[in-house]
Amino acid sequence: MNRPRIRWHIVVFLAPAVLVYTAVMIFPLFNTLRLALFTEVDQTRVFVGLQNFKTLFFDPVWSEQFWNALGNNFWFFLIHMLVQNPIGIALAALLSHPRLRFAALYRSAIFIPTILSFVIVGFAWKLILSPIWGIAPSMLDAIGLKSLFAPWLGKEEYALTTLALISVWQFVGIPMMLIYAALLTIPEEILEAGEIDGITGASAFWKIKLPLILPSIGIISILTFVGNFNAFDLIYASQGALAGPDFSTDILGTFMYRTFFGFQLQLGDPHMGSAIAGAMFAIILVGVCIYLFGIQTRMRRYQL
Amino acid sequence: MTYRSLKLALLGTTLIATSALAEDVTLTIESWRNDDLTLWQDQIIPAFEAAHPGIKIQFTPSAPAEYNAVLNSKLDAGSAGDLITCRPFDASLALYEAGHLTDLSGVEAMGNFSDVAKSAWQTDDGAVSFCVPMASVIHGFIYNKDAFNELGIEVPTTEDEFFAALDKIREDGTYVPLAMGTNDQWEAATMGYNNIGPNYWKGEEGRQALISGEQKLTDEVWTAPYATLARWAEYMGDGYEAQTYPDSQNIFTLGRAAIYPAGSWEISGFNAQADFEMGAFKPPVRNAGDTCYISDHTDIGIGMNAATKHPEAAEIFLAWVASPEFAEIFGNALPGFFPLSSTPVELQDPLAKEIVGWREECESTIRSTYQILSRGTPNLENETWGASVAAIKGAKSPEELGAELQEGLSSWYAPHQ
Repeated sequence: MNRPRIRWHIVVFLAPAVLVYTAVMIFPLFNTLRLALFTEVDQTRVFVGLQNFKTLFFDPVWSEQFWNALGNNFWFFLIHMLVQNPIGIALAALLSHPRLRFAALYRSAIFIPTILSFVIVGFAWKLILSPIWGIAPSMLDAIGLKSLFAPWLGKEEYALTTLALISVWQFVGIPMMLIYAALLTIPEEILEAGEIDGITGASAFWKIKLPLILPSIGIISILTFVGNFNAFDLIYASQGALAGPDFSTDILGTFMYRTFFGFQLQLGDPHMGSAIAGAMFAIILVGVCIYLFGIQTRMRRYQL
Repeated sequence: MTYRSLKLALLGTTLIATSALAEDVTLTIESWRNDDLTLWQDQIIPAFEAAHPGIKIQFTPSAPAEYNAVLNSKLDAGSAGDLITCRPFDASLALYEAGHLTDLSGVEAMGNFSDVAKSAWQTDDGAVSFCVPMASVIHGFIYNKDAFNELGIEVPTTEDEFFAALDKIREDGTYVPLAMGTNDQWEAATMGYNNIGPNYWKGEEGRQALISGEQKLTDEVWTAPYATLARWAEYMGDGYEAQTYPDSQNIFTLGRAAIYPAGSWEISGFNAQADFEMGAFKPPVRNAGDTCYISDHTDIGIGMNAATKHPEAAEIFLAWVASPEFAEIFGNALPGFFPLSSTPVELQDPLAKEIVGWREECESTIRSTYQILSRGTPNLENETWGASVAAIKGAKSPEELGAELQEGLSSWYAPHQ
């Protein structure tokens, strides 16, 4: 009889993490998804299957808000991808330049906003951009460009873009740090070998460094995606739960919050709120899967 | 044997303990008004306890934003206080329907209140009242008296005079004519639409007709206030689109603006901040000589937890809250929160006195969207915020806004289908 021994130490060592993670993440996640299948009629909870999702996607009142929030969310994400990540990469490339002075100072200065609270960032930028007390109008005035100033946060057509750029300002340090770390791991020999073949300066970046940091860029993209589709705090802190003006800054997070907890005279509806949370979960899951199976597996990796 | 005597002894102590409690009852009040804690402890509770020996009161407020959630979980757990401060309309109605609030219709002191005052805490048919009305807030305009004197402007009573005054202030250029922004959205609806609106829909008459389905939001009386709001924009200062509620308050109290579309709750804050003399005028009527209507909005009430162990004591306290004595203490300690009892209260604060005086001259009503009409999805109150902002910005015409709001209301509200 040579039964395989149960390796208890594995169970014991895994248990704390598994238990905590199950209690605070997995259980609430599935309970939320379960809650989305119910509704409340006359103080009692009734099972309605996928009715809430049907309402969310096909009832004109709900679907209009949902698609508006989803569209805004994609715009929010797009701005981050087009502005935050390229700037982050460019900053990292500059910082990793061996002859740059005060590199550590710049690095910390650019990274500091990341550790600030959303409430502070939202409030500070609201003050900076305020048409009444803000420094933005007077600074533009000083260089004779006062006519370019608009109350950006109060205009439907600019508010979301402005908030996205504020968020970019806050988080540009993250891609910068990740790319910077990736750039530092590229061995000198490869660059020197390239130099011998006549690849120097900018073309060294495009032809050698960029392909080598592509996996990091992929990771940053997926982090940005998840972060943006879960975003809520900045919009809530600066525009409130109604995500004004006229819902132009409403993203899935604020839409979910308003529905779940209620707002002003609107009573909270945990069941519809959970349905929105479920939809958010599905969107993020699909996005992450596309990345993992569609992109990451095809990405070429180089042995350094 | 010893076991039994122990049991008896325990029973004995329990009896003594309960009888001791019965002699001195402590009532706990749940509230979201944590700003008023000192007022309750220093003025209201001592006044009550002096007159009613044997009943002790504890005031235990929680943060306004958390109140509804905290209260609901306490009520479900059976640990909520004996007396419950009531939010107006559906939040409290839901508590009554869930069996958490006692029916107070039979309490004699409820006779001290008018039907409008009670409407915020009644079932839809008005048959049952479940909270004693405590205070309301009144809308109107607060103005900078110094600015008006300087520019030689008379207090406007009609809309034409109102806009003439605004023109004059704008031409002079020293002051921003109207201190309001649209960034936070609610001011446009609360201090804009529901401030001037009652003069158009004739207060209660129009509000009731809207609830019963006789009038529609596309009717002239409901869309015309949007047309008037649209005229406000040019007087509202540069970049009003991004001006927040605190911005507007500060612009006014710093003396940079002449007129502030207000709710009476601003009084104590403004008294502390502004160093110029302030006056108030009621929403201007459309034509000279018209009956005036004011939004005298029921905001805060107090009811009895159905699970309280001391219903008699709680009832005594509620009857006292309904009395003129309470009204006088409360009204003077919190200028701008006006007691609702039918007996007039002598207020000390000049601004508060001026505003509460409108009750004598005008018909009172409450905000049009609060009762029943904001129960469904889309929520009419929230939609009205957006509509009022759109009207001011000129993004949509009053007729379009009326049609949109009506469509939303008709989608769930049976009398409008």
